[in-house]
Amino acid sequence: MNIVVCVKQTPDTAATVTVENGKVSWGDAPLVINPWDEFAVEQALRSREAHGGKVIALTVGPEAAREALKHALAMGCDEAILVSDPGLLAGDSLVISKVLAAAIEKIGAVDLAFFGRQAVDSDTGVTPAQVARRLGWPALTLVAAVTALDPAGKTISVDRALDEGRQQVKSPLPAVVSVTKEICEPRYPSFMGIRKASKATIPVWSAAEIGLTSIPAAALSWPELFAPPKVETRVEMITGDSVDAVAAKLAARLLEEKVL
Amino acid sequence: MVQQMVRDFAQREVAPFIKEWDRQQGMDPAILHRMGELGLLGMCIPARLGGQGMDYISLGLACEELEAVDTSLRVVMSVHLGLNSLGLLQWGTDEQQRCYLGPQARGERLAGFCLTEPGAGSDVAALVSSARREGSDYILNGEKMWISLASRADHFLWFARANPDAADPHDGLSAFLLEADRPGVTRGDIHGKLGIRAGSTGWVHCQDVRLPASLRLGEEGEGFKIAMACLDGGRYTVAAGATGLIRACLEASLRYAGQRQAFGREVGQFQLIQHKIAGMVQSYETARLLYLRAGWMKNEGRRNTRETSLAKWFATEASFGAASEALQIHGAYGYSDEYDVERYLRNARGAMLYEGTSEIHELVQAGYALGQRRDASLRCELPAYVPERDPASGSPSGRTASL
Repeated sequence: MNIVVCVKQTPDTAATVTVENGKVSWGDAPLVINPWDEFAVEQALRSREAHGGKVIALTVGPEAAREALKHALAMGCDEAILVSDPGLLAGDSLVISKVLAAAIEKIGAVDLAFFGRQAVDSDTGVTPAQVARRLGWPALTLVAAVTALDPAGKTISVDRALDEGRQQVKSPLPAVVSVTKEICEPRYPSFMGIRKASKATIPVWSAAEIGLTSIPAAALSWPELFAPPKVETRVEMITGDSVDAVAAKLAARLLEEKVL
Repeated sequence: MVQQMVRDFAQREVAPFIKEWDRQQGMDPAILHRMGELGLLGMCIPARLGGQGMDYISLGLACEELEAVDTSLRVVMSVHLGLNSLGLLQWGTDEQQRCYLGPQARGERLAGFCLTEPGAGSDVAALVSSARREGSDYILNGEKMWISLASRADHFLWFARANPDAADPHDGLSAFLLEADRPGVTRGDIHGKLGIRAGSTGWVHCQDVRLPASLRLGEEGEGFKIAMACLDGGRYTVAAGATGLIRACLEASLRYAGQRQAFGREVGQFQLIQHKIAGMVQSYETARLLYLRAGWMKNEGRRNTRETSLAKWFATEASFGAASEALQIHGAYGYSDEYDVERYLRNARGAMLYEGTSEIHELVQAGYALGQRRDASLRCELPAYVPERDPASGSPSGRTASL
């Protein structure tokens, strides 16, 4: 099986986000592989371990995004590809999905493309569906379990984690799968993997090399960015002569504040 | 990436339980198995010998991360890898490396280091454990004390006096590879330590233990030199670990100083608190540079006894100071185990005693400075770090430590 796992480099979740003069700043937070994508890498590796083939980690980003790919390689991916182009730096998910779809087409004969459910920085969570739409593949989003994978029969069965419960879906391959953290526990990079990753040659593809003659403009813009207003909290002690009296007062206050 | 990987492991799999392990005076044995599984227990042993083939700086970074969570984990690295496995790498025969170092590097067997005795600590040459030659065997007798992993290790590096008639008592010592299951070996843990309570520390006793001469490490009479060389490995891991402890103190202090209010503002706004925090920053950066220098020298295959001793002496003293200041910043809360800093203080104290007391390191440094002490070349030196060819790709692997 040819499996692609799309990853993104994001700031560490321990970073403190600040908004100054309409710009979001992560400070000097270390950049890491998007934590959701670690689950996608793990599921991709497990699929390979069960059915053979290879796993290719793919990202779009600046030169520094190589480090996220190295993390994926150190976890056990076979190859990694960086798509980097100055024109892509301001891309929104519509642009990035176009680039990823083009890169997946260039890789060729891909059976599965795994994604984390969303990225911890922009948190849009729509890229997997957009890539699927562009490729014309089924989009299996919010997957909490791969229950069956049949490379010969070209099918995959998954459980999707929805608000209403689990939805069982069977789909033909190739397909796009975005995973939630229930799907598996990501492994740590191994020392052997770290050694391999440190010497790996990661090809860099430009937009032109994946067949994009022009880079579309981002459709999304952020006219204003501001920190959420601070929530004022106060404590009010409710007293009374008996438990019933306190409860009655409390109920009245909760109704008054429209909590109930 | 090494650092991140070890940090993730320690934070996810140790940090949530360490308070309980410390209270119970014992860690979940599964964590040692897990360390082996992840390759930590053989991380800087060459891959051809069963290890992970990382360099010595990576070892330091791993120890820093482990002790940033708890000293007991770093002690495992110091004893199993720093003192024992690196000793075997430096002095072991091919056969000894195959039979003992390989399983240790793969994490299948745990190893300890038996030097200290009830009556001999800093004065190593005063040890009284004996190794009597009987044909092609040795008969070991004696007791070792304050031995880390005493109740957990499968192998020990055991030092004993094989030649009681040597003119210089240092020359009478020899080193042996002792399996814990040999008839006549008994051992147990000591409870009630001030710190590192999650770790195993105890005693090992040999009563007429018969050992073939093929299990002697190095030549007869080389025991003292081997012990000192092993300490260059162990002390390095202690230095790197203590650096992690300083960082833990600093991070805990920064968190608390940014939350706790007094006199109408955060305590971090007060100059006296800032003074303590600045001191921790200074200690951390200095300790880190000192151990990284020692690690670099090991990578290069240079003798580093002086530099490693300095790194260990500075970092352990500084970690105790940092823990004390961190506790002071936390006030009375720091005095209870609701916060981690009281454990840091208890853990930091031991490192000023083991692997050379602070006083021994002071003497070592003065000796070098005054020209009274010089490093003689050894029959076996610790091999420099050589990136190994990866059998899969046939190309040499690069150095991977990321600072």
